[in-house]
Amino acid sequence: MMSADSFRGTSELLSGWGNYPRERCRTRSIESWQDVETAVQSSNTTNVIPRGMGRSYGDSTLTQDGVVLRMGHLNRFLAFDPETGVLECEAGVSFAEIIETFLSQGWFLPTTPGTKFVTLGGAIAADVHGKNHHVDGSFGNFVNRLTLLLADGAIIDCTRDNDPDLFWATIGGMGLTGVILSAQIRLSRVETAYCDVTYRRTQNLESTLEMFTATHQSYRYSVSWIDCLATGASLGRGVVMLGNDAPAAALPRKLAAAPLKLPRRRAKTIPFDFPSFALNPWSIKAFNTLYYAKNRDRREFVDFNSFFYPLDGIDHWNRIYGKRGFVQYQALFPTETAHVGLHQLLERIAKSRQASFLAVIKGSGPATRGMLSYLFPGITLALDFPNRGKATRDLFEKLDEIVLEHSGRLYLAKDALTSADTFARMYPRLSEFLRVKERVDPNNRFVSSQARRLGIVTGLEPNQSEAVGNSMSAGTH
Amino acid sequence: MSSTSIEAPAASTGNAVSVPSTMECTSSGWVLILGATSGIARALAHRLSQDGHSLILAGRNEEELTRMASDLRLRHNVNAEVAEFSALDYASHPEFFENCIRRTSGRLQGVLLCYGDMLPQAATEKSFDDARRVIDVNFTSAVSILSQAATYLEERKGGFIGVISSVAGDRGRQSNYTYGAAKAGLTAFTQGLRNRLYKSGVHVLTIKPGFVATRMTAGLLNPKSPLVASPEKVANDIVRAIKRRRTVLYTPWFWRPIMTLICSIPESIFRKMKL
Repeated sequence: MMSADSFRGTSELLSGWGNYPRERCRTRSIESWQDVETAVQSSNTTNVIPRGMGRSYGDSTLTQDGVVLRMGHLNRFLAFDPETGVLECEAGVSFAEIIETFLSQGWFLPTTPGTKFVTLGGAIAADVHGKNHHVDGSFGNFVNRLTLLLADGAIIDCTRDNDPDLFWATIGGMGLTGVILSAQIRLSRVETAYCDVTYRRTQNLESTLEMFTATHQSYRYSVSWIDCLATGASLGRGVVMLGNDAPAAALPRKLAAAPLKLPRRRAKTIPFDFPSFALNPWSIKAFNTLYYAKNRDRREFVDFNSFFYPLDGIDHWNRIYGKRGFVQYQALFPTETAHVGLHQLLERIAKSRQASFLAVIKGSGPATRGMLSYLFPGITLALDFPNRGKATRDLFEKLDEIVLEHSGRLYLAKDALTSADTFARMYPRLSEFLRVKERVDPNNRFVSSQARRLGIVTGLEPNQSEAVGNSMSAGTH
Repeated sequence: MSSTSIEAPAASTGNAVSVPSTMECTSSGWVLILGATSGIARALAHRLSQDGHSLILAGRNEEELTRMASDLRLRHNVNAEVAEFSALDYASHPEFFENCIRRTSGRLQGVLLCYGDMLPQAATEKSFDDARRVIDVNFTSAVSILSQAATYLEERKGGFIGVISSVAGDRGRQSNYTYGAAKAGLTAFTQGLRNRLYKSGVHVLTIKPGFVATRMTAGLLNPKSPLVASPEKVANDIVRAIKRRRTVLYTPWFWRPIMTLICSIPESIFRKMKL
């Protein structure tokens, strides 16, 4: 029988959303602030890393020799001001829960990634962004205060005024500065649960990018799907989606009856990993061609779920990539080099015949002040690739080169493969971040596999994954 | 949810006991949860507030309870209050309960005992202090606080008491008999309460969970095993049982046949087993 102090955790095979890489990790479920304190101070583990809903794609919530803290049960709402929309809640609260509780009162997330199944802690740690980045910036802009538990056990309230370095290191800091226990954020007022959306098909990359520039001021939300298998003159052709929050007065009568109610979505699920041949250049080309053809120019009202979270409607959609999983590539090019850089990137991808069917491109706005925050003004492109082992790694190396050459960078929440050297060149503020890390976590109590790989954390013992496999002892099974 | 006023039963004559007719056990009165930070209690709190109940969350960890209360208020738009409760401080129980009555303006409808303590059996064999703690927390303290609740609800002639005991109390087994003994005592005590309070129209439910994935069993159970229930499942079973005025609930249901089997094994054979 185990005593409550022993804190070995249970052993689980974990991965990010891409199901690659998978690592056997010790995990511990957190249900109270005491649990976090115990975990961080425990001598039974060398390091810890918090994990929300595991929607980052790579290894940012894995740890080879430490313990993964599952924060999902630390999910309470602590305070809400119905006049201002200021909400304080624990880090494990998901965007889905926030929507479920507050949308009916006329409040929505100020910006949101493509899934609502992310925790507040994760959203802050990755400094997530959404379709409105070019107008509103990333999520960090809407955080007032962080309640952090640091490596020495201290619990502090951190704001951009009382400790700007720690604040801006934690926003986008991938959980490496301490455990976010709770945060205070500002929700946005909305009149309805609908967006007024305009769809415009474009013939090629140039016209896609022009569309972003032309609509910059007039639409709060913009994003484009692109056909990444189209070549030649059609390279970068796509379907641009432009939207604004629909005011109550504009809604058709059928929807106006319950303007803040989200229509019920029938739950679909991918029940098992698809065989690896399911997604291949031919099936993806077929999908892309159909998708492009089907989406003619039009304007319509789209509910928040369908507009912001199209894939959330399908549970486990990542299983369509099969057991080997997939790897996301998300890169940002500054405005000046975007056209050329993207062109080269897309050409390289089309040439490699490694297809992605989910290729999304977006115009980004001013940078948030997070030291490791991803976006600055430019164009960001996100793609999925079925994991084909070495072929995928080789392709990504080539793509990294193109991105570096054009002064671009990758997104930590998606990255699973890049090198420490490449990362350091992409994030010049890394040294600033490391200074803060040195101050609040000198003994590297907060470590993730990604942090090791990218050299954000150094001087650790070499990979102990074999040892972890043997020393597992989680209680009885 | 509409709140139903609790009606006094028709006057009983001689030995015949009459029972109040309809009583909505889960209309929106107040419910007191003792040990509100326990795994099952958290799930119960959510379920009850979804059904429109106002709650008093009682326990030792005021900070955690306050966070819980805020969440319930914001999420489900109900009243949720916090009360400091120390199971082992018996002398404090009368005042604690008075306080609860005051704070609910006499509309306290139900009491749920959700706390317990399970120390490793080996520890309780070596150390009497440990054994005593297990008995005191799981049994003695329950006698104290449940007596307060019983008297109040008896006077009020209505309401419900739910007591989380355990299948471990159904038979003393070498792997967990100190805890099992305490729970056996609790089960019998609750049974007596049920008998005493029937004529006052108070419904008493004995809850016997099997393996539940909570902090108390962390590291001891494999949560993926089909035998291990989630706190949410147990909470749903409890609320349903209260609505239907069940007497003894095994949750999940399959523990009833399992325990019937286990209890039917003759003692001369059971003493050799390693259960």
